[in-house]
Amino acid sequence: MSARRTGFWTIRGSITSRRYWLLAAAGLLLPLAAWTALAASGLVNPVFLPGPLDVLKRLVSWFTDDNLLGDIWISFCRVVAGWALSALIGLPLGLLIGTYRPVQALLEPLTDFIRYMPAVAFVPLVMLWIGIDEGAKIGIIFIGTFFQMVLMVAEDVRRVPMAQIEAAQTMGATRGEIIGQVIIPSARPALVDTLRITMGWAWTYLVVAELVAANSGLGFAIVKAQRFLQTDKIFCGIILIGLIGLAMDQTFRLVHRRAFPWAHARSWT
Amino acid sequence: MTSAISCRSVCKTFSAGAIAALKDVDLVVEEGEFVTLVGASGCGKSTLLRTIAGLETHDSGSILVDERPIDGPGVERAMVFQNYSLYPWLTVTQNIKFTRLLAAHTRDCSSADVEVAAGRADALLKVMGLTPVADAYPGQLSGGMQQRVAIARALMSRPRILLMDEPFGALDAQTREVMHDLILHVSRLEHCTVIFVTHDVEEAIYLGRRVVLMAPRPGRIDTVYEVPLPAARTQDMKHQSGFLRLKQEILERIRATSGLKTDFDLLQQLSRQTTNT
Ligand SMILES: Nc1ncnc2c1ncn2[C@@H]1O[C@H](COP(=O)(O)OP(=O)(O)OP(=O)(O)O)[C@@H](O)[C@H]1O
Ligand SMILES: [Mg+2]
Repeated sequence: MSARRTGFWTIRGSITSRRYWLLAAAGLLLPLAAWTALAASGLVNPVFLPGPLDVLKRLVSWFTDDNLLGDIWISFCRVVAGWALSALIGLPLGLLIGTYRPVQALLEPLTDFIRYMPAVAFVPLVMLWIGIDEGAKIGIIFIGTFFQMVLMVAEDVRRVPMAQIEAAQTMGATRGEIIGQVIIPSARPALVDTLRITMGWAWTYLVVAELVAANSGLGFAIVKAQRFLQTDKIFCGIILIGLIGLAMDQTFRLVHRRAFPWAHARSWT
Repeated sequence: MTSAISCRSVCKTFSAGAIAALKDVDLVVEEGEFVTLVGASGCGKSTLLRTIAGLETHDSGSILVDERPIDGPGVERAMVFQNYSLYPWLTVTQNIKFTRLLAAHTRDCSSADVEVAAGRADALLKVMGLTPVADAYPGQLSGGMQQRVAIARALMSRPRILLMDEPFGALDAQTREVMHDLILHVSRLEHCTVIFVTHDVEEAIYLGRRVVLMAPRPGRIDTVYEVPLPAARTQDMKHQSGFLRLKQEILERIRATSGLKTDFDLLQQLSRQTTNT
């Protein structure tokens, strides 16, 4: 690294990884410290703002008495199921929309229209149509992620440079070969990013999904805690969802780096 | 000599007839010939090349390759684009061998053919000076090296016709000179018929047996120049008087047909305004 590119305010400058992690830790710890100080100062009623220690205690009791792992697991399963269902239908559909103009004309305006409808408002309809069992929760997460995902996948596919496709055409590739050997491999890194981002959205719909006659799960625990004014438990649930989301996000990034070294390699040797 | 490509009264319009990209283009290219295409920007060079490649359709007229009308792209015609056409997820070797993934090139293919193909990929790597970077990704290469990979990939399937659209447009002058001798050498070695589009008149004369000059609005062939140089070209020929005279002549003709001219009154007005303020 040349010295010129490492200044703090250098536009798109580089940074040593030590410094990166120091700053990242500071970014996470400073709000924590502020929270601790505010809670300890006694200025705020602990019903509104429990201290970190209370939250931690609640976390432990949740783990020992209230089956925390079970709640995490069921929520995780619901989120992944809704998201995977979206991906299962969204990936091929987005590929078709991004590849064939008639399919785009047929489906994109419709998808665009639906995605602006609030997923939350579908809750009563979903209960009416699917009922109140697991399917309904997965259905709401699906509605929240699917339409966005389709549009993003279509956009990823459309971003494949025309020159790459035309090069294959001049080499005599068939339509299937162009899709399989050019469009999909070319779009793959962008698609993994799309899956990562939509996974994040799926988690944000968890609480809404577990409003629907659930009796387990992190979202359900938050809603129930609100009824009993257990602010510390609400904090627990929110922070846990955040941490799980962060872990999954980092996993996706790791997979991205491992699977697509060519997309990360800047200069050679 | 038989003709490898023959275009007869090819017409093509864009935007529902509003832009006459090609009008009555007649061009016959002989087997093994190296033809370069020059002309003012927007005169339809790329359109003509892409039409011959089968990437665009023409409205009327006919394009024959080996006496048969073309129907879309074909494996006997390979194309090299200006840039961004390599596959960044494949290594240099895998890019060059890309055609081996396609049914059109591997149908009824014996194991001996596979070996021949592997040998050919190696030979192309060597000829193009790419052996040291055989396992690198395109994103790790310089522009000149990337274009060599693109040329090697196009040559991999032994195309009889090579269509090149400003392949060296983004390269610096020194790298270009190296690439010129390389492409002349390789095209002779492979007995390729080449149509080569460029903005650079010197490049056009140095490479071409004939230089075809196109003019815009409507896109058409204006003049065809025979290059008065021996088939084996060397860099010092660029300083011969015949070369320079032809260059001058072509440049003047491009200027005359481009429809653009420098507006000296306007320039003077501008400079007066800047000096006043
Ligand atoms: N896809 C398209 N849609 C509409 N018009 C087009 C299209 N492609 C080319 N044209 C028009 O056709 C004419 C010829 O374009 P072309 O790209 O063939 O010119 P060119 O000689 O290659 O120019 P340059 O030297 O700048 O590359 C131009 O007027 C251009 O605007
Ligand atoms: Mg062009």
